[in-house]
Amino acid sequence: MNDLANSTMTTTSPPKRIDFNTPELQRKRRIRALKDRLTRWYVLVGGLAVLGAITLIFFFLAYVVAPLFQGASLTKEDALAPAWIQDAGKPLMISLEEQNQVAMRVSDKGQALFFNVETGAELKRVDLPLPAGTSVASIGEDQPGSPLVILGLSNGQSMVFRHTYKVSYPDGKKTITPAVEYPYGETPIVLDDAGRPLEHVALNATDSTLVVAGSAGSHLNVLSLSREENMMTGEVTSEQKRIELPQMTEPVKAIFIDPRQQWLYVINGRALADVFSLRDNSLNGRYKLLEDGNAEVTASTQLVGGISLIVGNSKGGLAQWFMARDPDGEQRFKQIRTFQMGTTPIVEISAEERRKGFTALDAAGNFGVFHSTAHRTLLVDPVVDGQGVYGMSPRANRVIVEAGGKLQPLMLDNPHPEVSWSALWSKVWYENYDEPKYVWQSTAANTDFEPKMSLAPLTFGTLKAAFYAMLLAAPLAVAAAIYTAYFMAPSLRRKVKPVIELMEAMPTVILGFFAGLFLAPYVEGHLPGIFSLLMLLPIGILVAGFIFSRLPESLRLRVPDGWESAILIPVILFVGWLSLYMSPYLETWFFGGDMRMWISHDLGITYDQRNALVVGLAMGFAVIPNIYSIAEDAVFSVPRGLTLGSLALGATPWQTMTRVVILTASPGIFSALMIGMGRAVGETMIVLMATGNTPVMEMNLFEGLRTLAANVAVEMPESEVGGSHYRVLFLSALVLLLFTFIMNTLAELIRQRLRKKYSSL
Amino acid sequence: MKQNSLNGWFKSGAPGVWISGGAVSIAVIMTIGLLAVIAVRGLGHFWPADLIQANYNVPGQANHIVIGEVVQKEEVPRERLKSAGLPVPDQGPEFMTRELIKVGNRDLNGNDFTWIVGEWLKDQTTPANLMTIERREWGNFYGTLVNVKQDGKVIAEGEAAWPELQARVDRVNKLAAQLKTLEKSDIGAINAGLERIRLHGRKLELEGKLDAAAQADMDADRAELNARYQDIEARLADLHAQFNRDALTARDGNGKEIEIGIGKVVHAYQPNAMGTITKIGFYFSKVWEFLSDDPREANTEGGIFPAIFGTVMMTLIMAMIVTPFGVLAAVYLREYAKQNTLTRVIRIAVNNLAGVPAIVYGVFGLGFFVYVLGGSVDRLFFAEALPAPTFGTPGLLWASLTLALLAVPVVIVATEEGLARIPRTVREGSLALGATKAETLWKIVLPMASPAMMTGMILAVARAAGEVAPLMLVGVVKLAPSLPLDGNYPYLHLDQKIMHLGFHIYDVGFQSPNVEAARPLVYATALLLVLVIATLNLSAVWIRNHLREKYKALDS
Repeated sequence: MNDLANSTMTTTSPPKRIDFNTPELQRKRRIRALKDRLTRWYVLVGGLAVLGAITLIFFFLAYVVAPLFQGASLTKEDALAPAWIQDAGKPLMISLEEQNQVAMRVSDKGQALFFNVETGAELKRVDLPLPAGTSVASIGEDQPGSPLVILGLSNGQSMVFRHTYKVSYPDGKKTITPAVEYPYGETPIVLDDAGRPLEHVALNATDSTLVVAGSAGSHLNVLSLSREENMMTGEVTSEQKRIELPQMTEPVKAIFIDPRQQWLYVINGRALADVFSLRDNSLNGRYKLLEDGNAEVTASTQLVGGISLIVGNSKGGLAQWFMARDPDGEQRFKQIRTFQMGTTPIVEISAEERRKGFTALDAAGNFGVFHSTAHRTLLVDPVVDGQGVYGMSPRANRVIVEAGGKLQPLMLDNPHPEVSWSALWSKVWYENYDEPKYVWQSTAANTDFEPKMSLAPLTFGTLKAAFYAMLLAAPLAVAAAIYTAYFMAPSLRRKVKPVIELMEAMPTVILGFFAGLFLAPYVEGHLPGIFSLLMLLPIGILVAGFIFSRLPESLRLRVPDGWESAILIPVILFVGWLSLYMSPYLETWFFGGDMRMWISHDLGITYDQRNALVVGLAMGFAVIPNIYSIAEDAVFSVPRGLTLGSLALGATPWQTMTRVVILTASPGIFSALMIGMGRAVGETMIVLMATGNTPVMEMNLFEGLRTLAANVAVEMPESEVGGSHYRVLFLSALVLLLFTFIMNTLAELIRQRLRKKYSSL
Repeated sequence: MKQNSLNGWFKSGAPGVWISGGAVSIAVIMTIGLLAVIAVRGLGHFWPADLIQANYNVPGQANHIVIGEVVQKEEVPRERLKSAGLPVPDQGPEFMTRELIKVGNRDLNGNDFTWIVGEWLKDQTTPANLMTIERREWGNFYGTLVNVKQDGKVIAEGEAAWPELQARVDRVNKLAAQLKTLEKSDIGAINAGLERIRLHGRKLELEGKLDAAAQADMDADRAELNARYQDIEARLADLHAQFNRDALTARDGNGKEIEIGIGKVVHAYQPNAMGTITKIGFYFSKVWEFLSDDPREANTEGGIFPAIFGTVMMTLIMAMIVTPFGVLAAVYLREYAKQNTLTRVIRIAVNNLAGVPAIVYGVFGLGFFVYVLGGSVDRLFFAEALPAPTFGTPGLLWASLTLALLAVPVVIVATEEGLARIPRTVREGSLALGATKAETLWKIVLPMASPAMMTGMILAVARAAGEVAPLMLVGVVKLAPSLPLDGNYPYLHLDQKIMHLGFHIYDVGFQSPNVEAARPLVYATALLLVLVIATLNLSAVWIRNHLREKYKALDS
């Protein structure tokens, strides 16, 4: 501002004056100016950097969350036309191995051909041992992720094989060697005794039992092969059993076997599904898959885990179906959700091996990527001209489509299909559930488990905890603030304010531990006492006040004005002691000796020891000082002139309070409540320790809950970096951040406006 | 008439005044009550309670003798005991007492604590010869002393055994201290040296500079360290042998005798025989032990020194980061930035960030500091240690940085307030005398605002010391193997995980296998934390008030 280096001094000064322009002083001035400028830059850069670091929180959280809502992307690589493709026959299936290096193609000639995914070069060709003179009529795979394949032959027999890939490091270079194995022997399994060609086949293998099914026209054959290995000799004995099922009337289109070998789904006719129970070999029901009379089923597959079926139709629609219990307790095959891809028939559907996602190819050569539970259509892109056959890698990031004698490799980038706005916030119908529900269950033991990430129960828990906390804190804090600011004697106020403000600094971990270890068991043992305390306290205070007003004047005047709350301390202590002392008696008289049992048995309400009541008490305690100090400030700074005017006009102090002071200060009180709410919503340690952390959606006072903040604290350390779960936890942090930030900003704006109003009064 | 006066009382509005006055009283009672409960339970833990011995006779079961400390007593409706499956008589008083007794001897009984019905406890006595043995494992032992053995041979029995035992426990405790030094510092140093050599080798290998000479150098270093290790190991074996030399035989309430190695004994005392003065002395020695010792038995016994140390370390580093940066931002906002809408918005935003849930900072710290920054630091400077992360994992530095970010708004707000309080005349005077803005800032404004900065720093420290939720994500553990500051290069281990008082409370109180035994310790830890934070806050308040007085004088 006052730049010394540029200030010029007159050189023609009188001789007596000090010369300010010696080279030394000039240099000094220059250094000072430089220092000044450097300081300015330093403060500018440093200050902005700190402020920038703070705002970085927003951007970083958003940056981590953003990929959740981006769709998938598909990169088409150059099509390959390897020489072998000319004489390799018609492709029936293509499959890729885990490392995305080797692919297998099975043709109708009964040949399994392994080729390099990058170049298309042939690696190995295996002629499957078909009986002479037969050809492959159909092909079926086990659950997604299983290497078992079944071929249906033209003579009514079937053949099971397995494709395996061995990784070895000869000369330090990673090499993958493919192989074909026959775990059930090379002898074909006879399915159709009449020798009709099998048009559709399916299999399912567990450790002990293999179930194979095949159909010729409308004729359905199901075999169960159980294998027992003798522990002593290692000898394998197998037993073959034909499962007799009611016969079909219409031609079969597809067969699926439930991995628990409980259900057999047969899609037949135009759009029918017959579901058989394999437990008692009976028909569970015949279900119409499509309402549209002109459409028919053209493709279908099982999702990973084998519980859901995805059915594609000739109009480009896809639907997910699974068995769910009706209210009457019967299992029924139900349509869960539908997707629309294009308008041309769906040709092939393929399920992902690790997630509940699937991809589909339609007759126009469009490739679609979907996720069932999140109900997301991530991508629909044209990839080839006309029909084709395709295979997808286990990691669902590489796809090879064969169409028109060419191989079209595709790179698929689809990191977070399982999260969508609707899956996060609305009811979702999960597999094994009988109806759509809000569920948060991010991890489980088994592999085909699907994470259920609905933020609804957590948000509900957050608001529930905040609600009960505010129920206690709001009236108490506001009343206390009004009294301290307006009625209390100044000498007492100076003592009381620091005590309540000290509460604000109390670490919440202490409140949480106190609530969890002391309050929760205490409340459980003294329930009647707690409730009678809540009722008796106001009554006790009023009675004490009334008695005080009846006291002889000589006694009454000894207590100065504004000391009511000091008088009340013994009263409150007495009422508290009385209600807690009476608690066991009340319990014996009214609740058969145990109120907790009475609540859960006679009222039928679940009772958790660490419940919303305890959280309400502890967190209410934690937010009281926040609300109190701001509300007190607002009431205290109401201009004196207003209240004095009101009192001068003859209003009682209480009338002045309710009609003048509170009205004037109400925006301030409101903003205090908002800040208290913000604190209650973001509080972590108290809810973590004082609730059971069960993500349930019940308003029940006696049941636990789980809040967004506590959930982050519990699950964050063990979530995989960059995974969907990790990002969803970041999302909940972002939600918390935005919620509290908006609440606080609004509160602050209201307060600023109020301050302006006061200053004009 | 009476009715009328009641009506009049209601009309006068006095009930409202009383009710709101009651709210204040309730808030005050709640605060003081909470502090009182924590103080009583926390301080009571160290008192050597009398041991009782009594016959416990459950109807329909054999009589047995109970020895232990009464921890808790309560009156319970008879019905509730009955529904809990106890053989309560059908007739009798409506209430019965239920007592929680610490019976110790977990190795014999399986439980440290039992609930018993007070009415069935007969012939209660407090014999002077009952002793409490605090052990390094299995919790307390309660019983009587039979004899003391050395190398399996009885050397003292009866009356003479007790002084003999005391002497030997002292000896063992001295040996234990020596063992700890050897195991922690000496072997720790050797391990650190070996690890350094390994990393050095790996680094050379990565840089392609690992030649025969370097290899030989490293082998020589390694051999030297190994030789030192052999030496220490021999000494250790010797110490261990001495440590395990003695044993004592003790008898529990029901006459069962067990032998306890004196090496396992931390203290042995006879509380019933102690006078009040002895008890007070013992009490303070226990308090000191709590403050200065390492935890034992999955943190449920012993002291909390590492947690105190970790908390202090972390807050110190945090304060060192947060104060200069907070002050810088405040100076920018108040002295350099143009006061316009933008600065107002920034000010509101900074203010509000103080109200953002702490866990959000934790999430940011984990995602940004640990994974992004820490991961990059590892790739750039600690490539030799990969894939084991050095800074790419939660640790002291990241915990301090996260808390610094959380507390920086507090410092900014407090410093700004202090800067705003400095009268303009002072500043203008300085400028009028020809000082540059920087000089005014440095020599006039900042010194005058220094109490405000102190206040800000103290409040920030108080906030950071009590915050636990973000730390759970960015750097605390339930049990750290070593302190973050030790004698091994580079002395201050910023990458290490630390223990923390607040987290200790959560962990011991909620994740511990033996919550009942740990409870008093949790109360004591909580009390300590409350005291620290209350002191910090009160000093901040004091400084602030002091400051106000000072500028009041300046203003006039």
